Amino acid sequence: MQADPKGVLTGTHFLDGDHACCEGALAAGARFSSGYPITPSTEIVERFAARIPTVGGIFIQMEDELAASITLQGAVWGGAKAFTVTSGPGFSLMMEHIGYAAMTETPCVFVDVQRGGPSTGLPTLPAQGDMMQAKWGSHGDYEIIALAPNSPQECFDLTVRAFNLSEQYRVPVMFMMDECVGHMTEKVVIPPASEIEVTPRRRTQKKPADYKLYAPCDDGVPEMVQAGDGYRFHVTGVTHAENGYPVITPQAQDVLVRRLCDKIRNNIDDISLNESIDTADADVVVVAYGITSRVAMRAIQMVRERAPKIGNRKMKIGMFRLITPWPFPEKVIHEMAGHIRGFVVPELNLGQMVHEVQRATGGLAKVIPVSHAGGTVHSPEQIVDAILEAAR
Amino acid sequence: MSECQSELCQVRNPSEPFLRNDRVPTIWCPGCGIGTTVNCFTRALIESKCDLDKVSIVSGIGCSGRVAGYMDLDSFHTTHGRAIPFATGLKLARPDLDVVVYSGDGDLFAIGGNHFIHAARRNVNIKVICVNNLIYAMTGGQTAPTTPDHVNSATNPYGTFEPAFNLPQLAEAAGAVYVARWTTFHVRQLAKSMQEMLAKPGFCFIEVLSPCPTYYQRRNKMGEAVDTMKQYKEHSRKKDGASTADAGLSRDGEILVGKFVDRDDREDYYTLLKRHMHASMGDRYEDREALVCQ
Repeated sequence: MQADPKGVLTGTHFLDGDHACCEGALAAGARFSSGYPITPSTEIVERFAARIPTVGGIFIQMEDELAASITLQGAVWGGAKAFTVTSGPGFSLMMEHIGYAAMTETPCVFVDVQRGGPSTGLPTLPAQGDMMQAKWGSHGDYEIIALAPNSPQECFDLTVRAFNLSEQYRVPVMFMMDECVGHMTEKVVIPPASEIEVTPRRRTQKKPADYKLYAPCDDGVPEMVQAGDGYRFHVTGVTHAENGYPVITPQAQDVLVRRLCDKIRNNIDDISLNESIDTADADVVVVAYGITSRVAMRAIQMVRERAPKIGNRKMKIGMFRLITPWPFPEKVIHEMAGHIRGFVVPELNLGQMVHEVQRATGGLAKVIPVSHAGGTVHSPEQIVDAILEAAR
Repeated sequence: MSECQSELCQVRNPSEPFLRNDRVPTIWCPGCGIGTTVNCFTRALIESKCDLDKVSIVSGIGCSGRVAGYMDLDSFHTTHGRAIPFATGLKLARPDLDVVVYSGDGDLFAIGGNHFIHAARRNVNIKVICVNNLIYAMTGGQTAPTTPDHVNSATNPYGTFEPAFNLPQLAEAAGAVYVARWTTFHVRQLAKSMQEMLAKPGFCFIEVLSPCPTYYQRRNKMGEAVDTMKQYKEHSRKKDGASTADAGLSRDGEILVGKFVDRDDREDYYTLLKRHMHASMGDRYEDREALVCQ
């Protein structure tokens, strides 16, 4: 389906990542947002608050992030596309409702513009310390999808994709920006609405008598309804049967929770989007995401300028950029591990996605983390040193 | 087993069409008052002649949080304390729906207290029914912010001493346009009040005192459900328009009931939002009713 032109600001713009993310949400069809101010994400909802009355929709500033993260889900069950936006401390408060969205299969997007943590941490400075929280932060077993843009252009493009994936898989999607990408201003091209593909809500065609709220289609995802259409459905965060009624048994739990996980795990080839640069015959591959992937590209250039050798030949360095850190592309990493010497994993945290790389590598290659507590980006030299070490 | 064919077996309670009868029996204990309030609510729906397809019910967590699941409406059993913000999002996206929040005192006023006061301040057009059993019942009788002092609870085994909320006063102070209190003894008044509330625009609040014979009355040697009904009958005093400042509750004292607040001088959130946007943005404002996506 094509985007509704009303929300699409077609043209070439000079935007920061936060504003581009807002435009992406509007282009994707978001007409409702409930938010709570927090640096460095606030510009997204500020722009939404200014833009949405001209497009046809509502922004409401709630009393806290607990409210913001559930108000949007009320709007979704009314039929709207909706999202919320936050940063570290607010993301922590939203965890219960990420679990609720996962359990009730409410399509929605949570944007986290990451800053230094824990606690209040570094309100105005970058980090990538919420990557594991995005995957594991709410209690119990569930799967989410996470995207990590590395430019304002991607903040636009991937926000549209985030909404589309949330509709396709009826899952909360985590949009994992960082302060640098959020506040970096670059050229952003917004195409005409006719060139923006938008995934419609998977509304059922069945009549109320034939419809079950959580009866899955072949891909594991149930069709959706909205309030007011006569389906008289029941939504609950309690473990439930296909008709939505609570069933508190180990059997019902097994069926439901496995399906919630499998609908993402079994569709990873459709969901996963990553960028491979010169990885085919590489000796060393740098795995990075977000702003760190751009620092890593500089580091790779610096190593190439030095032209180090392995034996008699030039050492080759590749880059594997996680655009969807979750679900983690473990098969791709595992295959790569079979023919390279080592991975280098720079992150603005003390080691998060590197654990996934290590797990997927299964001991077939070296994995060298380049940790950083956040507050600024890596110096490329730190990554250069790690690349040279990985090649040894 | 063949179905009983006697005339008596063919008689149906008028509430039945409003309930998910395939979910009966409920989880509620014998003597619990929540079912009584649901009966009153169904009567209010009958009398209101609401289009039931357009009524959504939203609950939080707890014994009263289970009401949503038993009503044959679009129903949402949300997270603990967050029924009101969920309902706010639903109502703003779909102003054509009647959105009713049905939950308990712990859910709405401890963990959810912040949302209650802000929704009342905004005057969001939702209807809030609080079944107040003066205790956390689902979890086994712990102290709630409504528990009167000098009673025993699972977490105050030596007696409660914290001051309790006066819910009607809190609701009025925060801006609710309709505030009433009844008990499960006052079934007719309660049903009528619920009906009145469904027709009233803005943030409306009804508190219903309800027995919890399992965890409140038994622990405090206050007898059984019937004794609580006697207490409700003998200790309640009806005074419409009474000052909510006088509506505080104690263990054995007077229970002020009635319609305390019914004001028309506050625009509801949505009406105000639209009027404000038209005034401040003029033609640039895109006025769209239901935010239903493609």
